[in-house]
Order: sequence, then structure tokens, then C-alpha cells
Amino acid sequence: MDMFFSMNTLVQVVYFVVAVLFILGLKKMSSPVTARGGIVWAGIGMIAASLFAFLEPGVLDHGSNVTLIVIAIAVGSAIAYITAKRVQMTDMPQMIAIYNGMGGGAAAAIAAVELVKMAGGHHELDTTVQVLAVLGALIGAVSFSGSAIAFAKLQGLMNKTFRLPLHMVVNLALFIATLVAGGMIAFTGDVSIELVLVFFVMALIFGVLFTTPIGGADMPVVISLFNALTGLAVAFEGFVLGNAAMIIAGTVVGSAGTLLTQLMAKAMNRPISNILFASFGADAGAGAEDTVEGSMKEIQGTDAAIMMAYAEKVIIVPGYGMAVAQAQHKVAELTKLLEKRGVKVKFAIHPVAGRMPGHMNVLLAEAGIEYDKILDLDEVNPEFPTADVALVIGANDVVNPVARTNPDSPIYGMPILDADLAKNCIVIKRGRGAGFSGIENHLFYADNTRMLYGDGQKAVGELVNGIKQLQ
Amino acid sequence: MAIEGFIALYIFMLSAFTGYEVISRVPVILHTPMMSGSNFIHGIVLVGAIVVLGHAETTLEQVIGFIAVALAAGNAVGGYVATVRMLEMFKTSDKKKDVA
Repeated sequence: MDMFFSMNTLVQVVYFVVAVLFILGLKKMSSPVTARGGIVWAGIGMIAASLFAFLEPGVLDHGSNVTLIVIAIAVGSAIAYITAKRVQMTDMPQMIAIYNGMGGGAAAAIAAVELVKMAGGHHELDTTVQVLAVLGALIGAVSFSGSAIAFAKLQGLMNKTFRLPLHMVVNLALFIATLVAGGMIAFTGDVSIELVLVFFVMALIFGVLFTTPIGGADMPVVISLFNALTGLAVAFEGFVLGNAAMIIAGTVVGSAGTLLTQLMAKAMNRPISNILFASFGADAGAGAEDTVEGSMKEIQGTDAAIMMAYAEKVIIVPGYGMAVAQAQHKVAELTKLLEKRGVKVKFAIHPVAGRMPGHMNVLLAEAGIEYDKILDLDEVNPEFPTADVALVIGANDVVNPVARTNPDSPIYGMPILDADLAKNCIVIKRGRGAGFSGIENHLFYADNTRMLYGDGQKAVGELVNGIKQLQ
Repeated sequence: MAIEGFIALYIFMLSAFTGYEVISRVPVILHTPMMSGSNFIHGIVLVGAIVVLGHAETTLEQVIGFIAVALAAGNAVGGYVATVRMLEMFKTSDKKKDVA
């Protein structure tokens, strides 16, 4: 007994240290300078917590269970490690969605085991604990299936937004039904396996229906929301298991994730309710495509170079394409050449340029472009009408004027960079397809727009060479 | 170690404020890595999954417990690798030194 007590105390001490490591790690992650150390601290905490979880009372009692635990960890870790290592940086957001969904699923599965035990009469929980178990199960299951849909959408497995007739009504009815089933499990002592099953199935379907009407471009915000929800589910299951590390880490992520979701929505200048319930992207595609007028007009690198060399002011709009092509150093070279000729060069960064907020700033800083030339949306938009050339490098939806002009467009109302208002617009683009959200970009068809096809690095290289030849 | 009702509530409340404070001044450039990092941290659910599977008594409990552990391990490992890879891109100062 004495031995058991000291062992359990040791486990609790380790959990305490782990909680401290998580909070400090998260704190360090909130600054670019210390971020990389932060994840390592949190990682050390995670390894310690998982090792000492084996020493919790009763865990090592059944050899067969221990074997299962080790196999499950090996399987889950191996799959996640390989996918996370192999995935293109481009596809990272959907991988975050999947890993987050796994956490939500794990929390729901923990609750399922507890509820199954209750149904089998194996153990009694008090009402508060039952309520928390059910809530954690609900939130975790919604996060699991919702994240899976988010993954499918970002991965391009599900291009169409899917809506039932009276989608909101169906959703609400399903949500209430799930709550009722959950309430019956939590508040009546009489729990059947069938009821638990129905509850989980309804929760999973709700997660799917909740996510399907939301469009691809809004997915990062939705993933952030599911991330916060998973944290909350983990915290609730932590209460059920009496595990302080889970309560603290889960709650910290829950509140941090909620704030992060708000910040991201704010960066896109849209209220969260608008993103979640306005059925963004519902009628995308067909309607918008039909109304495109004009044609895409191609330009050669040398001609584009001349256009820029004799301009007074050039605004460069970098997007995801620049990041993929690693074109930032060429862009910096181009900037220096233009400035030597007396051209004023500025950079316009959209809050959600690329697929990772702030990615562009980092890349441009890396290439040595002075910070004061890099402007955000509010600062730069009044400057476009006075710019001779707007050079768009691999950006698409963030410069699509339909967000301003077409109330039927799924991205209507999203703040955009007004590149179309510049006297001339040169768009560097790899191919002719539609963007991330699948919406046709009217900018590409505008009279003052010329398309420079090619990989970002190569195309900017052509511009650099073109300007050099003028000297 | 059972955590009594109100103590648990206090832990919940204080953790919530902590999470809020820790994130409140995060710059836009770190939004996505931060999301990924906090995604990793709720991988702590692995601890709960280990405990639950360790105490599983029936085959059904073992099956669900196995799923819980595998999913949780995936959350933790995938979340970690994704975050590290993402933060690699923010390694700007080192490269600058190399150039200089």
C-alpha cells in the first residue's frame, strides 16, 4: 500500500511538471523568436506524461491490456509520423485537421468506454461526472467527424459544399435530439448500450452536417474552432478520469483555441457566426463561372519587365505561389533592381495570404526586404489606384474583385487587396485553374491584367533578367 | 487521485484564464503554428486513453480503448511533427547569419 501510494504520488508530481512544461511551451510558442524551443518543451512534457501514465494504479495489472496499449501507440504514432513527415507543406492545414480530429475521437472513445462500463453495470459514476463524460463525448465526436470533413474539403476530396433542404433546421433538430439522448444517459441511471450507440451516431452525423456547408477558404477558422473543442472534450474526460494533466492541458487549449479562433476570424474581418452559419460557398462555381467576361491575356517576361522598369510605383502582392516556388529571394533581387531605377516598390500582404497567416511576412523578411515596405491590407489598399503596376505572385482569392462586386459570390464581403484598381496588373500564375476555393477570378480576365504563366521563381527570374538587359 | 468537485472547478477556471493570457498577444504570423502547437498539446488525451485501456475488462472495452489509444497517439505524434515542420520555416535569423 505504501509502495502504491508513493508511486501514485510520483505520477502526480510528473503530471504537475508536465502541466508547467505545456503552459511554458505554449507561452514560448507565441513569439517567433522562442517558438521552436516552445514545442520542444511541450514535447518533453508529452513523453514524460505518456511514460508515467503506465504507472497509474491498475494500468500494469493486466498484461494483455498493456500489450494492446503498446501496439496501439505504435500503430497510431507510426501512421501519424509518416504522414506528417511526408505531407507537403501546402497540405499542412488539412493534416492539422486530421490530427485534431484524432484527439477529439480519442476523447469520445474514452467517454464511450466509461459509458459502456456504466451500461454493463461495471461502475457507478455520480451525476456530475456522467454529465461531463457525455458532454466530452458529444464535443469530441463532433470534432472528430467535423475535422474529417474539413480534411476532405481541403484535400479536394469533397469540392462541392453539401446542403440538405432546410439544412439549419435539420441541424438544429439533430443537435437537440443528440442532447436529449445525452441527457437520458447522463441523468437516468438506466443506460443501455443501444442508447449510447444512438447518441454517438447522432453526434458524429451532427459534426458532418455542421461542417459540410462551410466553404474551403474558411476552413482554417473552422479547424481552429474544432481544435478548441477537442481541448474542451479532453478537459471534460480529464474530470471523468480524475486526471489533472488532462484537465489543465485540455482547458488551456480550449480557451487559447477559442481566442485564436476569434483572432483568425478578426484577421479575415468576418464574425465567427458569419463563417459558421452563413453557408459560405453554398452556390460556388457554376453561377460565378458563367458571368466571367473577356479572356486571359498572356504576356512575356521581357515585356512585363519593361512595364515594371518604367513604372513609378509597383506594388507586389505575394501569395501562396511565391511560398511554394521559394521565389522570395528572386523577388528581393527584383525589388533592388527596380529601386535602383527609381521605382517605388511596396508589398501588399493579405491577412490570409497563402494558407498560413503571416507566412508571407516571414519569407520576405528572410529574403532581406525591409519591414517598412511591407504593408497590410488597410494600409495598402488606398495606394493601388496610384500604382502603375500591381505584380501578383501566386495569389488568387485574396485579389478576386468579385468579393467586392458580386453579392452572389461565396467570397462576397471578404476584404481583398484591390490589385484590380492599379493601372496595370501582372499576374504570375502556374496554370489556368481556379484558386483554393474553386472560384473563378475576374481579375485574370480584366482589360488591364496580363498573365505571366510559370513557376513563381522562374517567372520572377525572367523579370529580373529583362530589367538587367535594359541597363 | 480523485479531484473534488470545487477544486476541479477552480482548476478549470484558472486554466481557462491561463490559456487566454498565454495566447492573447500572439502575432498574426504565428496563428497557424500556434493552432498546430495547441493541437499537439491536447494530445495529452493519450494519458487518459492509456489509463482507460489499461482498465478495460471486456472485449468491447478493449476495442474502443485500443481505438482511443491509437487515435490519441496519432494526435500527439502528428501534432508534434507538423508543428516542428511549420516552425522550421520561421528559421530566418540563422540563414541571415549564414549569408552575412
